[in-house]
Amino acid sequence: MSVTEYIRKSQIWRSIFRHPAPYDRRNRAVVVLTNFFLHLHPVSAKKGGIALSYTWCMGGITFFLFLVEALTGVLLMFYYRPTLEWAFTDIRALRDVNTLGIMREIHRWGAHAMVITVWLHMYRVFLTGSYKPPREFNWVIGVLLLVLTLLLSFTGYLLPWDQLAIWAITVGSNMARATPFLGHEGPGFQLLNVGGFDLITNASDARFLLLGARTVGEETLNRFYILHCVAIPIVVSGLIAIHFWRVRKDGGISQPL
Amino acid sequence: MEPHPDLTISVIRGLGWLYLLMSLLNICWTFRSHKHDGYYNRMFGIDHLPKSMFWAIYSALLLVLAAVHLVFSADASSFLLRLPSWFKVAADTVIANPISFFCLSLVIFIAIIALRKWWVQPTVAWILFNLSVLFLAVSMTDYDFRQIVGKPDNVPIVGMLYLVGFTTWLYFYKANDNDERIAEGRPLAEKELSDQVLVWPDLVYSEMICMILVTSLLIVWGVALQAPLEEPASAVKTPNPSKAPWYFLGLQEMLVYYDPWMAGVVLPSVILVGLMAIPYIDFNTKGNGYYTFDERKFAIITFLFGFLPLWVGMIVLGTFIRGPNWNMFGLYEYWDVHKLEVLNNVNLSEYFWHGLGQPLPKPDAEAPGLSQVLTILSREWLGILLTLAYLFVLPPLMAVTVFKKFYVKMGFVRYMVLANLVLLMASLPLKMVLRWVFRLKYIVAIPEWFFNI
Repeated sequence: MSVTEYIRKSQIWRSIFRHPAPYDRRNRAVVVLTNFFLHLHPVSAKKGGIALSYTWCMGGITFFLFLVEALTGVLLMFYYRPTLEWAFTDIRALRDVNTLGIMREIHRWGAHAMVITVWLHMYRVFLTGSYKPPREFNWVIGVLLLVLTLLLSFTGYLLPWDQLAIWAITVGSNMARATPFLGHEGPGFQLLNVGGFDLITNASDARFLLLGARTVGEETLNRFYILHCVAIPIVVSGLIAIHFWRVRKDGGISQPL
Repeated sequence: MEPHPDLTISVIRGLGWLYLLMSLLNICWTFRSHKHDGYYNRMFGIDHLPKSMFWAIYSALLLVLAAVHLVFSADASSFLLRLPSWFKVAADTVIANPISFFCLSLVIFIAIIALRKWWVQPTVAWILFNLSVLFLAVSMTDYDFRQIVGKPDNVPIVGMLYLVGFTTWLYFYKANDNDERIAEGRPLAEKELSDQVLVWPDLVYSEMICMILVTSLLIVWGVALQAPLEEPASAVKTPNPSKAPWYFLGLQEMLVYYDPWMAGVVLPSVILVGLMAIPYIDFNTKGNGYYTFDERKFAIITFLFGFLPLWVGMIVLGTFIRGPNWNMFGLYEYWDVHKLEVLNNVNLSEYFWHGLGQPLPKPDAEAPGLSQVLTILSREWLGILLTLAYLFVLPPLMAVTVFKKFYVKMGFVRYMVLANLVLLMASLPLKMVLRWVFRLKYIVAIPEWFFNI
């Protein structure tokens, strides 16, 4: 008995992998059905549906990049404190001192790449008409995921707390003060007043809600940190699960009817 | 040594490696061409000349070019292969002007669609690709170009342009094929691959290869380019220009033409709602699950117009061309903070009242609220009327004329949603044209209520 065979036959191995190795046709089906990580897939698919030139693999790469971002993000969290005192210094230390510093590069470039791959995934889905019935609602979930991807990237942009970060967020969030009715420089905010007392001021409008303050400051850093590391990833994870589940339930990978 | 040298030894070396890579790629292409492209019957007095010979010569030239760059060791300022200044001036004149920039992007967009059968031919596409790389390479010999395109955060945008170009090519390549098949009554290309295969190994393995490739790409990228870290944040030192993250630069560009409440809130919301509405307003049942152009012309052209010139084009504009004070700068131009551009835009109401030879009606601050409102509305009545007409009168008019077929098939609600989305998308280029031609600032200008359109 060879060593690999010995390991494969051991009780430990068989308790982890509840199926034989995928050497024959039957077990290749079984492995996809019984493995948690593989069960996202159907057992079989149309050849044209999984052809790379058809799918561009952009949705899959987006998901993979999300996992990369989660992993590198958790590693970065060990080295980063979201306070005015430490945020910038910690990032500089990541660059100059830490062995794991390249995690920041991978995290940032992965984030840029993820924005691009989400767009290209949508581009492909549109160009193949894959949003058409019965997949209408999954397209809507996809648009929500697009928004959340952009928000993830946007909230992460602030965390290095350098000039690039704070001013990009300032420019981006300045829009919120012009929100109709809810921004203190938006049309119609004057209508929301009680007895001549404005409800919408620069300390109560949409921008204040986003920043936690009148300008980008420590409150904003804390708010964006929590959004970036906890709140948005949780929502995204949920939506990704629904998105994948519905790919399977709404007729699988799209193909001509 | 000059502080901003166009060429340094490391730039020359880098270009050498790029030319070497291009030479190798073109050698591969020569083999492909030898296999597929056949022969010229008679050329230069030679019978039976293989077409691949041109690619062989071109590859050899690139190889020489690479060698020249890689072995050059004298003073970089004496290196002769650089972009001629007349080209820089000509290119900058076209690019640093909003009118010619958008006209150019519109021409490219129309060409992409109208010449789709021509430019997707592999040889043509390969030539276009080579030209774009050569353009990028010789441009790298310019100091200002390197400053903006070589910025670590801008590198992904260059990558995105190539990916968008490639995917657009791939789309049209497959769509042309399917369109021909449909016209000739043959089955779709996708249908010919309709046999079922097991996901292990056919899909699982390609997924794994993808993951490995992406991982190695990220590692190489991370080693090669350091993530930017500027000065520590300072609330008092405003950088000029202050730019939003690159994927929002299309929205920031809209600020030139619209106030923040439109450019930053309403139009982005419309974009998202519009995207979500697509499956519910596209009544065309054809083109579901395969690449086609002919069967979905309206949907594809509208989407491509929104994505290519408006979204991607404006990101390019915002990233590479908008400089200090949000002025436009050529790719080879120094970002001069003191560059002056005269902005002298006029509101529609000013045109109207001054055209009548009358002063603009001014609300009397002492008067009761209602009379102030009436004064403002009477001052802006023309713009308000035009805006309302654009959103509420134009759709029914289109329903009985150009969009008649759509209206009949879609019903009232769907049609109105579609018409308004299309009109809102068109409002951006329309406002641009109005700005350029009439120096029009706002159609409705009510700064008292922060309500400018």
